[in-house]
Amino acid sequence: MSTNWRFAWRNIWRHPRRTILTMLAIAFGSALLVFSIGFQLGQYDLMIKGSVSIYQGLIQVQKDGYLDEPKMRNSIENIQSVTQKIRESTGINSIAARANGFALVSSQQRSYGTLITGVEPDFEKDVSIIPGTVKQGHYLSSDEANEIIIGKSLAKNIKAEIGDELTIMGSGRDGSIAATILPVVGIYESGSRELDRNLIQIPLKTFQKIFTMGTHGHSIVFYHDDIKQEPLFMSQISSAVADQKNLVTLSWDQVQPGVKQMIELDYSSGWFMYVVLIMVITFSILNTFLMSVLERTREFGIMLALGYKPFNIGKLVMLEALLLTLFALAFGTLIGLAINLYYAKYGLTFEGMEEIASMYNMPSTLYPQISLESTLLGPLIIFIFTLLSALYPAMKIRKLQPVEAMRKI
Amino acid sequence: MTSLPLIIALAWRNLWRNKRRTAVILFAMALGVWAMIVTAAFMRGMALQVLDDTIDNLTGHIQIHNNNYLDDPVIENSFKTNKAIESALQHTDIINWSNRIRVPAVISSERDTSGLVLVGIDPEREADLSFLKSSISEGQYFSGADDKGIIIGKKLAENLETRLGKRVVVITQNTRNEISDRGFRITGIYDTPTEGMETGFVFMTRRSAETLIGVANLSSEIAIITRSLEHVDPVIKALKSDLPDLDIQSWQTIQPFTQLIVEMYGDFQYIWHLIVFLAMSFGIINTLLMTIFERSREFGLFQALGLKPRFILMQVWIESMFMLAIALIIGNLVSWLTVLSTGDGIDVSAFAKGMEMAQLSNIIPFIIISEDLFLANSIVIVLGMLTGLYPAWRASRLVPANAITRV
Repeated sequence: MSTNWRFAWRNIWRHPRRTILTMLAIAFGSALLVFSIGFQLGQYDLMIKGSVSIYQGLIQVQKDGYLDEPKMRNSIENIQSVTQKIRESTGINSIAARANGFALVSSQQRSYGTLITGVEPDFEKDVSIIPGTVKQGHYLSSDEANEIIIGKSLAKNIKAEIGDELTIMGSGRDGSIAATILPVVGIYESGSRELDRNLIQIPLKTFQKIFTMGTHGHSIVFYHDDIKQEPLFMSQISSAVADQKNLVTLSWDQVQPGVKQMIELDYSSGWFMYVVLIMVITFSILNTFLMSVLERTREFGIMLALGYKPFNIGKLVMLEALLLTLFALAFGTLIGLAINLYYAKYGLTFEGMEEIASMYNMPSTLYPQISLESTLLGPLIIFIFTLLSALYPAMKIRKLQPVEAMRKI
Repeated sequence: MTSLPLIIALAWRNLWRNKRRTAVILFAMALGVWAMIVTAAFMRGMALQVLDDTIDNLTGHIQIHNNNYLDDPVIENSFKTNKAIESALQHTDIINWSNRIRVPAVISSERDTSGLVLVGIDPEREADLSFLKSSISEGQYFSGADDKGIIIGKKLAENLETRLGKRVVVITQNTRNEISDRGFRITGIYDTPTEGMETGFVFMTRRSAETLIGVANLSSEIAIITRSLEHVDPVIKALKSDLPDLDIQSWQTIQPFTQLIVEMYGDFQYIWHLIVFLAMSFGIINTLLMTIFERSREFGLFQALGLKPRFILMQVWIESMFMLAIALIIGNLVSWLTVLSTGDGIDVSAFAKGMEMAQLSNIIPFIIISEDLFLANSIVIVLGMLTGLYPAWRASRLVPANAITRV
């Protein structure tokens, strides 16, 4: 065995320049893949985190049907006690009840239609970033306070300031007109202009009173930092509400299918390019493998005459390809990883990134994901393709006849 | 001095000495060229689609507003349509324009309420300018300037649990900062690829909107379509000098995101082409070096017979040029066939919601434009010529005596 390894090792260095060029092609491919897959996955993490942490949460409990038809009547009865029950039975605290509606908000000068949400101020701060981004004034003080907080863009559009009273008008759960006047106590700035313009919050009980909701609400929102833990929490929460009729527990990708699909689309179009690139590289190096076999026909003839089995020579050729590929892959992967580690520390940002990032609720600096998947997946695929390409020349050896082969120049 | 035709003939024959090897490297190169062009066509398809949709979705090529409108889109920040404006719009490169009233509003059915943008349009002018007339799926487009109906999006109708022929109440703010509301019968429902559009905009005639808001002859915006995208900048220049008091913007500044996407696809193309070429270049150099190595005895002999190294350099280089040319022809041809075979484009409706977030519709066409074709081909040609130089140079540097004795 060890003779074979040494054989193979010496054979690949017979043409140092050719071997190095071939290795460079493989290393280039794997470094590039490690780099781009790392950044792609890193970007997806940020996208998911952005869309989950701002407002929608990791998991939501809703009335069955509310997701498709977000109407006021599709509501959960006794929402606060249901939520409290989940907290008690699971020990999870980052979960809060909400009620959603639509209202025409008017200041002294302007009116604007926005979404309005009733929240539990004490718990809301653990499920969304909005309470933490109140830049002026303060967040809602209690469940039943007569207060309202609005986003910065909306404040600008309707020319409202802290202390101004806003008229809220909409229709209640029973179809009646819902109207009230509430003072602005806080102005938040979530980083998403869209959200800042289109979402205002009031305390849940106040909401229920204005919109004739009784004890009803629309969603129970759960948030956790670590997205990977979602299945675990999912099972805990869904078993906690199992005794409630017509409730569904939804994960972030069910609540926001767009984000998931955009990621999948981006990942698959990325892989289309990677596979094409890997194939270009494979065919470029196929020639190296092919030549290294063809030019040694005479040598192989002698080896056959000396009693080597064609199978063993084929094995030797594969071993050469394996050694060459592994060295090149290791080299390329290390370079790719080094680049990713650098950017994981310092971040990557480029011109125009900010606008695009804010569109997808992402920060404008990108960080690659450093994980087994991001580092080894690309090189692994290259490895498979390269070995396949070495298989073809290796198979040719089986057809060699010793005498004929030895006559070849 | 040896004649050029001879070198060319030699190079051509040498190329086919080892058919399999040449075929393999040609395949790799053609695949690379194909990847470049097809990816470029896909990106161009996406970019042009985003651009078309943007222009079609009420943006137009150029928009005219009151100076404060874009910052604060309310009815107070509108302008009177006067003779000066109308004569400025007579510009020969403007093929169509339409003035609109555009205000935030709330719409209410018996069942539900939603916030959106109310657009009052001039039915005749708007028909050729934006998506609305061609997207009506139920009912009909406005019959004339006096039509009293309202046209709403399909998704909005679903959300409000209402349908064609039903009445909805539209609430908005008038110029005196008071709320004014009025009922309208739904006379048309439009269907677009993006739900955001359908739930975000409702349309009525300018006259209806003026009555609702209590104004006359006011416009929030004028959208303009010019002869082509190239005419946008000159027309803006002319309009700016004619109408110094108004805010005149191109689609790029009104929809910076679209502009950004178009630019980003362009940048990405360059990077992608370079990466693919780099991946191919290792194979090209390696294959050429192998052929030289095999023929080193021959080259030594040539030189011993008195041929100049330049001759060998030319011969090997021309050989690589032949390779390049064949790969380019095959690559371009197959790309063209690929694009033809995809017809209207590829269907990505499996990712519908994702596409919508990225402001794209569900069918992405492959579009080859001459600039992209030129870019891909010229990158391959220029870099390919440079890449071929290295093996050629090495071949010319062989020392005759050593080369001949090498087996």
